[in-house]
Amino acid sequence: MKEAYLAKDKLLPLVGLLMARYRVAAPVAVGDYHQFQILTQPEQLDLTYRNTRLSPKDLFHPQSEKLFRFSTAADDPDANILKEVERDQGPRLVFGIRPCDARALRLVDVNFDTADCQDPWWVERRRNTLLVGLGCTAPCATCFCSAVGSGPFDPGGLDLVLTELADGYAVAAASERGEALLADLDLLSALDQDRAAAAAEVQKTAAGTVARPFDPTPLGDKAMTELFQSPFWEEVAFSCINCGTCTFLCPTCWCFDIQDEVQKDAGVRLRNWDSCMFPLFTLHGSGHNPRQQKPQRVRQRFMHKFKYYIDKYGDGPACVGCGRCVQFCPVNIDIRQVVALMTARCVCPA
Amino acid sequence: MHTYIEAIRKAARRLLTEKRVDAVIGFRKGTIPFMNEPVLVKHPDQVDQLTWDSHCGINLANYLGQRPGKVAVVAKGCDSRNIVVHLLENQIQRDQIYILGAPCKGMLDRRRLTAECRGREPHSVEEFDGRIRIKGRDLELDLERRAFLQDNCAICIHRNPVIHDELVGEPVAEQTGVDRYEDVRRVEQMTSEERWQYFDDLIAPCLRCYACRNVCPVCYCPTCFVDESKPQWVGKSVDPTDTRTFHLLRAYHVAGRCTDCGSCERACPVGIKVRQFTKKLERDILDLYGYEAGLIADQRPPLDTYRPGDPEGFIK
Amino acid sequence: MKNPYLPYPVRIDSIVTETEDRNLKTFKLVFLNPEDENKFAYQAGQFAELSVPGLGEIPIGIATSPTEKGFIMFTVNKVGKVSSHLHNMRPGDVMGVRGPLGNWYPWDKLKGKNVVIVGGGFAFTTLRSSIVYMLHPDNRADFGGITVVYGARNPGMLLYKDELVAWEKRDDILLHITVDGTNDPNWPYNVGFVPAITKTKAPSSDNAYAIVCGPPIMIKFTLPVLTDLGFAPDRIITSLEMRMKCGIGMCGRCNIGTEYVCKDGPVFTFEQLSRLPNEY
Repeated sequence: MKEAYLAKDKLLPLVGLLMARYRVAAPVAVGDYHQFQILTQPEQLDLTYRNTRLSPKDLFHPQSEKLFRFSTAADDPDANILKEVERDQGPRLVFGIRPCDARALRLVDVNFDTADCQDPWWVERRRNTLLVGLGCTAPCATCFCSAVGSGPFDPGGLDLVLTELADGYAVAAASERGEALLADLDLLSALDQDRAAAAAEVQKTAAGTVARPFDPTPLGDKAMTELFQSPFWEEVAFSCINCGTCTFLCPTCWCFDIQDEVQKDAGVRLRNWDSCMFPLFTLHGSGHNPRQQKPQRVRQRFMHKFKYYIDKYGDGPACVGCGRCVQFCPVNIDIRQVVALMTARCVCPA
Repeated sequence: MHTYIEAIRKAARRLLTEKRVDAVIGFRKGTIPFMNEPVLVKHPDQVDQLTWDSHCGINLANYLGQRPGKVAVVAKGCDSRNIVVHLLENQIQRDQIYILGAPCKGMLDRRRLTAECRGREPHSVEEFDGRIRIKGRDLELDLERRAFLQDNCAICIHRNPVIHDELVGEPVAEQTGVDRYEDVRRVEQMTSEERWQYFDDLIAPCLRCYACRNVCPVCYCPTCFVDESKPQWVGKSVDPTDTRTFHLLRAYHVAGRCTDCGSCERACPVGIKVRQFTKKLERDILDLYGYEAGLIADQRPPLDTYRPGDPEGFIK
Repeated sequence: MKNPYLPYPVRIDSIVTETEDRNLKTFKLVFLNPEDENKFAYQAGQFAELSVPGLGEIPIGIATSPTEKGFIMFTVNKVGKVSSHLHNMRPGDVMGVRGPLGNWYPWDKLKGKNVVIVGGGFAFTTLRSSIVYMLHPDNRADFGGITVVYGARNPGMLLYKDELVAWEKRDDILLHITVDGTNDPNWPYNVGFVPAITKTKAPSSDNAYAIVCGPPIMIKFTLPVLTDLGFAPDRIITSLEMRMKCGIGMCGRCNIGTEYVCKDGPVFTFEQLSRLPNEY
């Protein structure tokens, strides 16, 4: 089954139905913002949101996660041998994820799921989680998904896509798993022609409102060393305070650190989100730091997302235009302006 | 405010043309409402980038530490006090800086303004006659400026720069009868358990992004205590114990040096009111030593000074 | 699914202090589970993450050659938290090894060629692996002339001293040992910086590859010498160091441009490096 219709009054019952089968994560209002949380009751769901402040990437890549445990007890025959920490990898469903965030997960897959090596935790969680997306009827002024190969109703990365209509949602399957899910759900009805047309109209209007502040084509054309040596990085980097805001809120940033912590005789090896913005990120034991200076670190972030990733994987940039970094950077460094500088055919001296 | 902008640009143009400074640090217009971006202007023909309005809450003194050469900087009251702290702590020399003092009537709280929009997206913000007008999609608000000041600005008693080479606006009347420590008293009246819960709830959303630390002018240690590894003092995960350690210890490290500029609260991406930690210590320093940071150019912060009359018993 | 973050448990079999300042020690490690040694099949040039539970992991070049069976060896410089703790460990202690990681010296390309190895200081570890590998009776005939220039600050700072003496005497390898300076009037080998000695000994670039490993300053001055001798950039190979954590190209920190030093490296030719940002 490829499409269906969900009346608004059936929304919460449907969520309840899904909660019986999966652990359901959905946007929940927390203070002035929204956040993805595992629902304990359908009523917690709040779809009246533009996007969550934190991306849903922490459902797949938690900010801090224990990987292994070990004992350091002198009399333990298994001392200093790492054991994997048990975790619940049962089936989950994310309800109401925006298409940009779902596409971001795809962009991150290439890092954690490679031919010769898989990150077992990321891969398991991706396999066990269905993504039901809510397309953006009214994209924000800070959104630029269309400029980076996505769009407000981009199905790539999703299993189902919801389009909000006057009194319900058009539901479209975007993958085989989505089709299977649709066939298996009650509370849905057939999508009639009028509603299908209305949905198409909503999608078309939305796509037309998303800004395109740059054309990404030159990013692939320009030489890596040419972009690297561009003179504008000093200027771009001046206001940056090298905090982790952009990297932690970004749905396509995946860098992490591995740390061991011990209390008395018991220890854990855990991983935490890390950031190329932090000087410690590349500090050698010898004291040498290839990115000692702030402009080098700022350059790394933009080059990675808008050049290295493009060159390495042959796909678009490692950015989905969600606009979180634009909204939350404490000093208003605007990625749209920086990428415009990178794609400019001629850069005038500052 | 327009006169401020004129004055800043004029001064910047003059200082750069006469090569009295290598660069001018100010703000340029933000790309989204309620925000401006700190900018370093090096050429006289670029000074028209410089702007000034009620969204200049970031403390520009943060960009001065260890800066070589000569630089001009636009400084509000709190910023200028941080410049004094920088001078006391040898982070920069007086003859390196040309201070464009900006008397300040308070900066606006971007988070409260956003919340007032109740989920609708603001596209533009204008200000005149003490009112703020916000427009956006399905959004039109007319708000009283005074009701949306940053928390620290609402209780500020040092709005005029304490040190400057020239002023870009007329001095403003200082606020009087301001209760600076209402928050502190409220917490002090809590029981131990309530207080523990209060602070735990306060920092629960902390991401350890260190925006608060990095935007703070007095946090400039080459290796912050949270980044030390031999020995490692603080864990790097979002474990509540480690997060508490970071916030509590940072508050102590800035005690007697913090000017309550509010940049930390402004920078925090998850809206933590970190000043709830620093205000208490600010009040204690005032009570114990009669000292406010950065007001007197040759008075060192009390925690790095020993005087024979100091109250601590252990040092006698 | 194999968990690439899980180390093989190993036991420290012996610890040898290599240098007179005691900052470099060679650890001989034995796998607790014998079948893990087969899973750890490696090539000369690769590295592994040495895992010290409670402290962390460090990326260290494998000093043994795959021809040496029953154990693996790593020479570790004491610079930080993990290496300091490791230096204080004892034979019998259990720790972990994760690997083998990274790429290796291009042995398929080096077959039938003359190999020139230039090493300085403690970057010599994977070069030891390479020399032992090439000199092994099963492999020696695959390679032409082997010329090595290896130097350290003074005699006490040379690694693998006994082996160096033995190799120097062999006629199937031309080994030039040098020190920057020495007080020893009976020092039988060369005195001079590695780049200078390389220039003097002038190994031929005819049908040859050069592998250069050492501190950045040594590489900086050796490169022009090799270039003058006729080595093209795609015939000069090096092995880079970077801060690493995962070692499998996932944590994101060790990149130079598009390349992860832990996965696409650490072995690169200078021709490859010339196309990458100069940030290492």
